[in-house]
Amino acid sequence: MAKSPEEEHPVKAFGWAARDHSGHLSPFNFSRRVTGEEDVSFKVLYCGICHSDLHSIKNEWGNAAYPMVPGHEIVGVVTEVGSKVEKFKVGDKVGVGCLVGACNSCESCSDDLENYCSKLILTYNMPYHDGTRTYGGYSDTMVASERYVVRIPDNMPLAAGAPLLCAGITVYSPLKYFGFTQPGMHIGIVGLGGLGHVAVKFAKAFGVKVTLISTSPSKKKEAIEHLGADSFLVSRDPEQLQAAMGTMDGILDTVSATHPLLPLLGLLKNNGKLIMLGVPEKPHELPAFSLIMGRKTVAGSAIGGMKETQEMLDFAAKHNVSADIEVVPMDYVNTAMERLAKGDVRYRFVIDIGNSLSATKP
Amino acid sequence: MVKSPEEEHPQKAFGWAARDPSGTLSPFHFSRRENGDEDVTVKILYCGVCHSDLHSVKNEWGITRYPIVPGHEIVGIVIQLGNNVKKFKRGDRVGVGVLVGSCKTCETCQQDLENYCPSMIFTYNSTSQDGTRTYGGYSDIVVVDQRYVLRIPDNMPLDAGAPLLCAGITVYSPMKYYGMTEPGKHLGVAGLGGLGHVAVKLGKAFGLKVTVISTSPNKEDEAINKLGADCFLLSTNPEKVQAALGTMDYIIDTVSAIHSLGPLLAMLKLNGKLITVGLPDKPLELPIFPLVMGRKLIGGSDIGGIKETQEMLDFCAKHNITADIELIQMDYINTAMKRLSKSDVKYRFVIDVANSLSQ
Repeated sequence: MAKSPEEEHPVKAFGWAARDHSGHLSPFNFSRRVTGEEDVSFKVLYCGICHSDLHSIKNEWGNAAYPMVPGHEIVGVVTEVGSKVEKFKVGDKVGVGCLVGACNSCESCSDDLENYCSKLILTYNMPYHDGTRTYGGYSDTMVASERYVVRIPDNMPLAAGAPLLCAGITVYSPLKYFGFTQPGMHIGIVGLGGLGHVAVKFAKAFGVKVTLISTSPSKKKEAIEHLGADSFLVSRDPEQLQAAMGTMDGILDTVSATHPLLPLLGLLKNNGKLIMLGVPEKPHELPAFSLIMGRKTVAGSAIGGMKETQEMLDFAAKHNVSADIEVVPMDYVNTAMERLAKGDVRYRFVIDIGNSLSATKP
Repeated sequence: MVKSPEEEHPQKAFGWAARDPSGTLSPFHFSRRENGDEDVTVKILYCGVCHSDLHSVKNEWGITRYPIVPGHEIVGIVIQLGNNVKKFKRGDRVGVGVLVGSCKTCETCQQDLENYCPSMIFTYNSTSQDGTRTYGGYSDIVVVDQRYVLRIPDNMPLDAGAPLLCAGITVYSPMKYYGMTEPGKHLGVAGLGGLGHVAVKLGKAFGLKVTVISTSPNKEDEAINKLGADCFLLSTNPEKVQAALGTMDYIIDTVSAIHSLGPLLAMLKLNGKLITVGLPDKPLELPIFPLVMGRKLIGGSDIGGIKETQEMLDFCAKHNITADIELIQMDYINTAMKRLSKSDVKYRFVIDVANSLSQ
């Protein structure tokens, strides 16, 4: 007989979980494994709310197993390390992102691209090596294998750094891989949410010219004055689109709803690249003519490897890049999810786990 | 009053044209410009029948102006030279492909990428700098600016070399640009027609393992035994498709019919590249998950620049690559077009213009 979540591991844990596809979260007692030789255990202080958490708890991708404790932008302080752990010690500020495991031996893993391993294990909602389900960061403690733990740089604020563990790496990785980092380049960012706002900050840190592309004219002021974008383009305005045709070297598309690709392809220069990061449930339509007539490219990217995630955090600390956040107590999470579904947040909610989770214990 | 095609230029010309979207071709008298200082006049010997000719005569892309004389895989002999032409002489074996003009001054032209110039002029169905329409190679002569004329290598047969001027460069250019030439890597070629069969030959010349991906089982024998492909994948067979998942470094998609890109994307390895060169008239279905989960890439490519086209011809001559053709008479053209629409050709028709285009 399968053990209950409370009994399957020796160490008690407490968090909030969704029980069904309504996505409603509520207090949940479960358990974590003992700190193994290669494991790092830490007390969770903050956890970012990623839009993927919302997709997952509502089973929008069709792969949910309940109860589900979401959260993969987790930061905290180390409480215990296994005997073989070399990189971390008790008291260190650390984080865990979207991955907690992979096969560690395939070509992708050997290239430090665990995010493309066919056997990758996500931080929540997946079977772990021992067969139990993984539970994420809306919880008091976390245990992860050392390889999947990153150091939070000293000068990085913990709460505002948490969203970098998913949103940050998801935009940093393609900016580097597709070469959108040469000073003087012109990069478009589609969508001003959790991913989009961090993308603007990283792109400016790389010294490129940035245009924010959005359907909402109301976001212009913030984009330019607060985030530092060089220009703003309303994608529903045909005149603005026309004026910007053929001006961009690359575009990062962070929008997760289905939307027309044709206007975006038109914004690219010849040889330009459109990188898709949002994953809608339905396929897009790809007008082949637009790719062919300018030798343009559409590509995708998914989070990043662990080595790259650490590199991203160090780069962010050096350039004072962190997320713009709204800190919320644990019991606000269902309201936060409702607001997130309407895009009503600038630009990431972060749950103050350390100060508000234990108060919700029944 | 606008001059008729016969009167608008001083040199008489004769060819076959389509007059309406039925696409039926028939004899057509028109004229070519005087041979200017930069020009070369070519007596046309052969012209390949490209699927784009078929799309164009039937106005499937909605941009055709009639009468239209198609043909952009033209080979022949130089019969006249302008005063400024030094690189050719009378009697040279030359070719003209898809382009006969561009602005020559923009950044892309200066990079020898005339095929991406916003002002490029196509060999047919385009407007010349003098405002007249361009007419293609289903005709007896053509007058072209020397920049857009290619030299056919001495050891290359003219008839089998003609299709390289469009089909050849269309697959060669992206294979080079997207780095699909590392020996030992695995190339998938989707569609075994005019473009596809040349892609197989080029792939083998680059030292790649080549798998042909096709919906036609009857193409397997030729693909392996005649064209040299290493494997053949019948894409309508789910088991074979399953076995091919995540095995290819690159895929060239030459299919111009509507199809979903999902299955092809799934056949790519991590970081794999799918290059689309077919021109369907409606958008293709693009599922994002496979793109994102494997950091895969879909790129387009459009023919090639003139310098690159010459490089391609020289490469093909060195590796004995030409097209597999069926030589036809001019008056067979309408039947050829019907057969082409049913993919009933291995793998390019070439019109024996000099021997069969009579007035």
